[in-house]
Amino acid sequence: MDQIILQVLNGLDKGSAYALIALGLTLIFGTLGVVNFAHGALFMLGAFCAITFSRILSLSHVVIDETQKDFLGNPLKVDVPHIYDWFGESAGQAIINWSVPLAILFAIPVMIIIGVIMERGLIKHFYKRPHADQILVTFGLAIVLQEIVKYYFGANQIPNPAPEAFIGSFDFGAAIGLKAGTIIYPYWRIVYFCFAMLLIGSVFAFLQFTTFGMVVRAGMADRETVELLGINIDKRFTIMFGVAAAVAGLAGVMYTPINPPNYHMGMDFLVISFVVVVVGGMGSLPGAVAAGLLLGILESFASMRQVIEALPGINQVVIYLAAIVILLTRPRGLMGRKGVMED
Amino acid sequence: MLGLNRKDASLLIIVAILVALAPVLLNPFPEQSGLAQFNAGYPDLMQRFVIFGIFAIGFNILFGLTGYLSFGHAAFLGAGSYAGVWMLKLLTINVIPAIIISTAVAGIFALIIGFISLRRSGIYFSILTLAFAQMSFALAASVLTPITGGETGLQTALDDPRILDGANATGNIPAPSIFGLQMGDSIQLSLGGWLWTFNVGYYLAALVMLSAFYLAIRIFRSPFGIMLRAIKSNQQRLNYTGLNTKPYMLACFVISGMYAGLAGGLMVSMDPLAGAERMQWTASGEVVLMTILGGVGTLIGPVLGAGLIKYFENIFSKINDNLLHKWFAFMPDGAEDFIVSIIYPFVGKGWHLTLGLIFMAVIIFLPGGLVELGQKVAYIFKKKNPTPTSTPNTKPAE
Amino acid sequence: MAVEHLNGEGDGGMLQTFSSKALDGTGILGKKVEYVTGDTQTKPDAARASARSMIEKDGAIMVTGGSSSGVAVAVQALCQEAGIIFMAGLTHSNDTTGKDKKANGFRHFFNSYMTGAALAPVLADRYGSDRKAYHLTADYNWGYTTEEAVRNSTEALGWETVAAVKTPLSQTDFSSYVAPVLNSGADVLVLNHYGGNMVNSLTSAVEFGLRAAQANGKNFEIVVPLYSRLMAKGAGKNVAGIFGTTGWHWSLENTAGSRYAGTNAFVKSFGEKYGFPPSQAAHTCYCQTLLYADAVQRGGSFNPCSVIEALEGFEFDGMGNGPTLYRAEDHQCIKDVLVVRGKENPANDFDLLELVDVTPAEAVTFDPAIFGGELGSCNPGA
Repeated sequence: MDQIILQVLNGLDKGSAYALIALGLTLIFGTLGVVNFAHGALFMLGAFCAITFSRILSLSHVVIDETQKDFLGNPLKVDVPHIYDWFGESAGQAIINWSVPLAILFAIPVMIIIGVIMERGLIKHFYKRPHADQILVTFGLAIVLQEIVKYYFGANQIPNPAPEAFIGSFDFGAAIGLKAGTIIYPYWRIVYFCFAMLLIGSVFAFLQFTTFGMVVRAGMADRETVELLGINIDKRFTIMFGVAAAVAGLAGVMYTPINPPNYHMGMDFLVISFVVVVVGGMGSLPGAVAAGLLLGILESFASMRQVIEALPGINQVVIYLAAIVILLTRPRGLMGRKGVMED
Repeated sequence: MLGLNRKDASLLIIVAILVALAPVLLNPFPEQSGLAQFNAGYPDLMQRFVIFGIFAIGFNILFGLTGYLSFGHAAFLGAGSYAGVWMLKLLTINVIPAIIISTAVAGIFALIIGFISLRRSGIYFSILTLAFAQMSFALAASVLTPITGGETGLQTALDDPRILDGANATGNIPAPSIFGLQMGDSIQLSLGGWLWTFNVGYYLAALVMLSAFYLAIRIFRSPFGIMLRAIKSNQQRLNYTGLNTKPYMLACFVISGMYAGLAGGLMVSMDPLAGAERMQWTASGEVVLMTILGGVGTLIGPVLGAGLIKYFENIFSKINDNLLHKWFAFMPDGAEDFIVSIIYPFVGKGWHLTLGLIFMAVIIFLPGGLVELGQKVAYIFKKKNPTPTSTPNTKPAE
Repeated sequence: MAVEHLNGEGDGGMLQTFSSKALDGTGILGKKVEYVTGDTQTKPDAARASARSMIEKDGAIMVTGGSSSGVAVAVQALCQEAGIIFMAGLTHSNDTTGKDKKANGFRHFFNSYMTGAALAPVLADRYGSDRKAYHLTADYNWGYTTEEAVRNSTEALGWETVAAVKTPLSQTDFSSYVAPVLNSGADVLVLNHYGGNMVNSLTSAVEFGLRAAQANGKNFEIVVPLYSRLMAKGAGKNVAGIFGTTGWHWSLENTAGSRYAGTNAFVKSFGEKYGFPPSQAAHTCYCQTLLYADAVQRGGSFNPCSVIEALEGFEFDGMGNGPTLYRAEDHQCIKDVLVVRGKENPANDFDLLELVDVTPAEAVTFDPAIFGGELGSCNPGA
């Protein structure tokens, strides 16, 4: 029983990353009708925003410390961050410690700008082109972004730890009344899940309860009529692209302590996020979220030892099997609108 | 001639001549010159040109004629490769059975995957093929390791049965050969400062590629090919007029898969190793790039695209900063470092970046690929002829 | 850097401490040494293509390097076919000189069996012989042989293996594999992972509280059979107190004495050229290059068969591992193995591992016949 709860927790937390990326993808598809293969790259860019931010915070000057020696026997060169000089050592350490949550503030404007540039510069020209062309050009863009990141940051993964307060784990079992020590789950993953739910909630709230959101939803349902009413839907959709990029980026920012980012994490997540979108239903926002969480839980269960012993290799293919089954039996996905891309 | 019209026959002959003379044409720079770096005329690369040309031709039959974008062709390449290596291990080191069986196995595999994937179209079809490719990769890398050798890949070994061959006298693993002629054998011709290598394996692969090319031309010009083009222009209308398009699509998919399997079989004939990463969807992405770069839906486009990408992959990626410094050594130090640092991200390890940029440029500005570029250039020279030959209009009539 | 030293540039590095004095900095048999490089992308296909291009286009006569056993086995087979020598780089699986051994291939780096033989006694000593182990194994060739080696050697000393789960090689998030370990009845987690896999799985394991936990009345322990300093750096504080093995460490001569002469010379050359101490991978590739050059010089010819003859059964010293034998039966170097542990309080970024024990070569020597495979005969090429 505790195994199952543990895997459900795990699945929810993995699934929230999938859900966030899929949410952005579906937003873009629903508003602009564009299949964006570069969305995984946006997730990766968000993660690297966090890394850049923590590097900016740690910009340091070199101080030679005569009392210690380095590996060759020369006096040790110690890096002292400028932050220490400005805010004092303990405040400086605290700021660097909290770099991941603070990176959220940095990432939001950066990702929105990147998204808007991407949309106005490239995607705009591909509205009328067939889906195959959209896939191909965004695929090319994803490769280019990936290579640029690889060039600047190297090919190895770069660790970016969570704030000290959130390192360590939480005795979940004790909290829900089971024996202590049966279910232990890391703090940060729980934080991530809550953050993801908050973000998803705010996007839905934005779309549901604001005028801007209402116009966007109307545009998703029938773009032509909205334009005929004199509303500049183009500008609003561009902003939504920026929002979708920001959502993916923030997912990436908070994910860095869980998985040290490297340049090809975008491609890795891209395949799964497309599967999620298709399972949830292209164009359905609740579908994308639900499918993301479900597939995350499915993947977690498939990695259980007992399951692998019964069906060897299931852990790697279960998501694809699920996608194939759904695509064949219910092509509009779990919650897609009837008739959307059903041929 | 051979059932082709004049234009196609001359195209085939031109390609045949180019392919036959490739060792000479690809080694334009004398061996000792500074530009010898750019020589592409060594056996491994020439073999790759024609093998990936076959792969791209096959993919083009599917994508170019019907418009269905498949990300799963790498799975057929891999399946063909594994089948080929097993033939080399079990039957004989003569490559003929390997090539035949690899095509057949890939065809069967394509039949199964195609039957399921073709139930949907458009983006769903692409995602289905993507899912299948990743599944095959995962199965090949971890689950089916006795058959596939897992991550290390499948190789020939000293103690393979090789039923149809005689006993092995030397202590070495036999190299793939065709009736005694080893694939690795080459005749090297040194003329003046130039060095040309005429390689058995390359000519075998080139011969296969010419036959595959001929077959592709026949398919393009046949009623079957026209049916496929009709599917691309408006599949719904075809269905409304009562035609069942499914058998045609499936046949096209299987043929395309068989081309991929043939390419896989030839790959292992040249180099008897089959690795699991051949089946990853990013390998499929590579063939998509080749076809688009060269020109979708044209005959010669995929081959050109395959050549270009393989050339970049092997030659561009070898240009490291040592070499860049050597070339620009004549400039003053500051300028030299500056130029090297600008060029460096785009060559060597970063050549994927150049590839991605070129790919994006092609899709945005030149969707017809190199062939369209060639046509536009030809048009500029043919200014007196007011009607340019443009790619056929594929928009459906109203 | 090895090429530099062979050609007489730089400060000579280990050429001065090497026991065989055949090389004197004038190249090999009087010829200058040149090199080309290629990227294997850690994929056997790409590695083989790169190696083929180097052999066919650039005319290479010796290939060295590689960072995975899959690559090593693939390139070794290619070199055997092409008739050139392959001096393996970073490859730890038993298969490279076991069932996939080839006459033209040589490995200096130690293998999984030696890891198991060196590690098990230390583990039994520190953790007791009544332990239950849970293995998480990377799902490829190296993972299997390492798991087998550690299982066999620990089970021989009384441990019980509760479970062995394979994790996909490309996995980055190990949480679903680590989560069930605590309640599985095991009290030791063995991570048969390397590189990025190890950094992620170890971080996950520590995150899930395995380091601080108790099971079966004992402290829960984690073991990482194959360490590298770069991995330790990636995992940061998480490696504190975790046991493992390495083939060599840059501080070896300083901590374990002059038996390991050559270490400091190499560290000094490398450190001055690149600004950080060399890893065990750099060390093994440097040694392999020098050993090849030396074999050519002693045999008087570049012909692979003469090189093979010169290397088989060759005993040498002064390369930083103490007295070493290049065994003729399987072309594997038999030398001391280091058992290391993550430091609790590292002094700096490079000082993350401390030496716990050195297992002498005799204790890790194994019968080459246990892995099967045949060398075949040497292929002199064209």
